[in-house]
Amino acid sequence: MKKVLILGAGTAGTIMANTLSRKAGKEWDITIIDQAEEHYYQPGFLFMPFEVYTEKDVVKRRQKFLPSRAEYKQAKLDRILPDENKVLLEGGAEEKYDILIISTGCGVAPDEVEGMTGSDWGKKSHDFYTFEGASKLTNAMKNWEGGRLVINIAEMPIKCPVAPLEFAFLADWYLTKKGVRDKTEIVYVTPLSGAFTKPIASAILNHLLEEKQINVVQDFSIGEVDNESHKIVSWDQREVEYDMLVAVPPNMGDELIERSDMGDELNFVPTNRDTMQAKAADNIFVIGDATDLPTSKAGSVAHFEAEVLTGNILSYMKEEEMEERFDGHANCFIESGFGKGFLLDFNYEQEPVPGHFPFPHVGPFGLLSQTRINHIGKLAFKYIYWHMLLKGYPIPFVDHKMSYMGKKVARTVS
Amino acid sequence: MPTKEIAGTTIDVTEEGFLTDRSQWSRDLAGALATEEGIELTDEHWKVIDFITADFQEKQAVPGMRRMNKVGGIPTKDLYRLFPNGPIKKAARISGFPKPASCV
Repeated sequence: MKKVLILGAGTAGTIMANTLSRKAGKEWDITIIDQAEEHYYQPGFLFMPFEVYTEKDVVKRRQKFLPSRAEYKQAKLDRILPDENKVLLEGGAEEKYDILIISTGCGVAPDEVEGMTGSDWGKKSHDFYTFEGASKLTNAMKNWEGGRLVINIAEMPIKCPVAPLEFAFLADWYLTKKGVRDKTEIVYVTPLSGAFTKPIASAILNHLLEEKQINVVQDFSIGEVDNESHKIVSWDQREVEYDMLVAVPPNMGDELIERSDMGDELNFVPTNRDTMQAKAADNIFVIGDATDLPTSKAGSVAHFEAEVLTGNILSYMKEEEMEERFDGHANCFIESGFGKGFLLDFNYEQEPVPGHFPFPHVGPFGLLSQTRINHIGKLAFKYIYWHMLLKGYPIPFVDHKMSYMGKKVARTVS
Repeated sequence: MPTKEIAGTTIDVTEEGFLTDRSQWSRDLAGALATEEGIELTDEHWKVIDFITADFQEKQAVPGMRRMNKVGGIPTKDLYRLFPNGPIKKAARISGFPKPASCV
């Protein structure tokens, strides 16, 4: 028997275990390893502080979503030895593999910013990229009586790059509903050149910030959190005071990658952007947030990547040419508050543009336009995630290759 | 897309003045773009530009601050001294690469 070993049973790893269980030849064993028993619906963390979702919406037992054909091991990973085709587990055990899939994701690293985990952490400053962080922030938002609410992105890239902006939009809605919006100043502090950075999206969406009275501080590269005076300080000595800091710490790949000496400066694994093979070895593939690919770190991306990767791994198993190519496709519903949302659909080459999705002229979803059905789509995504996406079933009418149908693109003929 | 006359040549740029066709870039052009930012290029600036150029080949992206520090060996404080007010954005423009951006 030959073995496919999958490291990490988050969104990407779970999808791969399911698709390969259905499609790989009988001579292949499939093993998947993760250290924790729970599977988190990470897009749901954003909604917790606004009392839209609670724990039961976002946490389920991992094994429920894994196929019976795959052997699941709960263990901590020590390191990958690519030259020996094996992975060492904590405690001394080892796993050999013929094909390795790295799907260890990424997480927040607040210790990377001076002072971020100081005396305000968990009290006046919070994150919402972990279940624990979102839970604490939920209480802080419930008890909020007004003041300056500062949302800060430490550095790019981050998981779900629009989530901090959605947080600002949802905070505007939630605090209005609670009657304390007029006592609250919302400040969005970004290291980029603005809240929106792509030309077409900026032109269409910038007015939202003014309408919602969200102040933007741009080109702010955080150097330090000053817990004494409750302010964040940039490298060029600009300061923003906060009564509550919603911090988006640097995102980094798993420490396993660093221990295995297989990552870049943020522990992301250098990956071939077309075939999704690790640059380090032909029989190692990388998927989801663990890659260094220049597309968004998001569940929808992991889903599209999984379709490509499944095809390529099946070819690799048969020693055939790998024909599938990933185009960087991402598809994201963005909450804009007050029961509305907008939708983005883009890839490596094509920035988000207006139009209809997935059907031209019909929709039902509107690209880059604020509609109620986009918001409903976002909430419906939770059901799709637990019941279809993790199983690796295709989403109807949405292919892994981005479609230009319905998009208003000024395309030049070259 | 707008075009722009600079250093005796015509270049294609975005609204914010970032090159859209890197093949139009030259070292002379970099000097002219830097002058527009009020920067006179020294060897230290060129170390940054050369790193961004080499790194873009590998990653198809302008390196972030941490990559500048760890891989390029250029400390954040130096970057702010060399390219004040938004160093990565300015260095990217002078190097002829796109503006560092999010997905939207």
